[in-house]
Amino acid sequence: MNATLTPSDVATYAMRLGDDALVLSQRLAEWCSRSPEIEEDLAMANIALDLLGQARMLLTYAGALEGQGRDEDALAYLRTERQFANLRIVELENVDFAVTIARQLLFSTYQLALYDRLLESSDEQLAGVAGKAVKEVAYHRDHATQWTLRLGDGTEESHRRMQAGLEQVWPFAEEMFATDELTDRLSKAGVGVDPSGLRAEWDEYLDRVLSEATLERPETEWHPSGGRDGVHGEAFGYLIAEMQSLHRSFPGASW
Amino acid sequence: MSEDEREWPLWEVFVRGKRGLSHTHAGSVHAADEQMALRNARDLYTRRNEGVSLWVVPSAAITASSPDEKDAFFDPAADKIYRHPTFYYVPDGVEHL
Repeated sequence: MNATLTPSDVATYAMRLGDDALVLSQRLAEWCSRSPEIEEDLAMANIALDLLGQARMLLTYAGALEGQGRDEDALAYLRTERQFANLRIVELENVDFAVTIARQLLFSTYQLALYDRLLESSDEQLAGVAGKAVKEVAYHRDHATQWTLRLGDGTEESHRRMQAGLEQVWPFAEEMFATDELTDRLSKAGVGVDPSGLRAEWDEYLDRVLSEATLERPETEWHPSGGRDGVHGEAFGYLIAEMQSLHRSFPGASW
Repeated sequence: MSEDEREWPLWEVFVRGKRGLSHTHAGSVHAADEQMALRNARDLYTRRNEGVSLWVVPSAAITASSPDEKDAFFDPAADKIYRHPTFYYVPDGVEHL
């Protein structure tokens, strides 16, 4: 491993990516039995399960690197709110189908670009996770794109709601591309990805989809951040409370 | 608009398994158009690694035999055992025929 990096740096990085996948998976699972169509119920659940699989690999790896004996369950179920390093966008509430689709479009476009570059990581584990996940996320992006086109270029009502969904999640996109001291060192060492380098590809894809969907790219000055440092929105507390309640009530429960 | 028209149309799903056999009917999905039908079919019928190829066909495009015609359609085949290739002698030593 590169001399400027410690295992704990890579552990932190794996935990960030793992938390993104875990929290979004939990959010999407809320659609189970509540989707507009049973087929869409399945689609959301499939995407959530893909993300859960990624989270398990990344958190297991983070726990191993950390060397404190924490496995995937300990990291998912026994950390407190401030110890989660996920981006704010993945914790946003589902609200309605259009808001969920807007969040999916913005995040999976980012995640696909990220995993695509992570394939080249000098860390074999991270490259391996990316290799499996990149095909899954390509489908997630396609799913979100198809729905954005349908809703945006659909009826007056669907267009209005899709545009409103974009306005709601757009401010949270900025955080995905923010760099910090850790991402700088990891990207220089060829282990991690420089998130600011994903921006051009993301912009290009989003502009293309939005214009085809007859939607406007939102303008916003407000860019909430802090997720990577454990600062989350109010709704996040409820999300992890629900996610962790079973494990906290019945430690080690399995079935 | 009636209740029926608000529902997405039905599509029949055919899946081809890995072994290069023909597509087999797997079930049906609701979808607004063929692209959505294909994706819904992927999510519903190939999530456990069942297939390498999918067809979706509008259910309305299928012409099915009617139960009333069952006797005329299928009974005449029942007593014609000579249509089965069972009247050949298989020479000794031939394993695959």
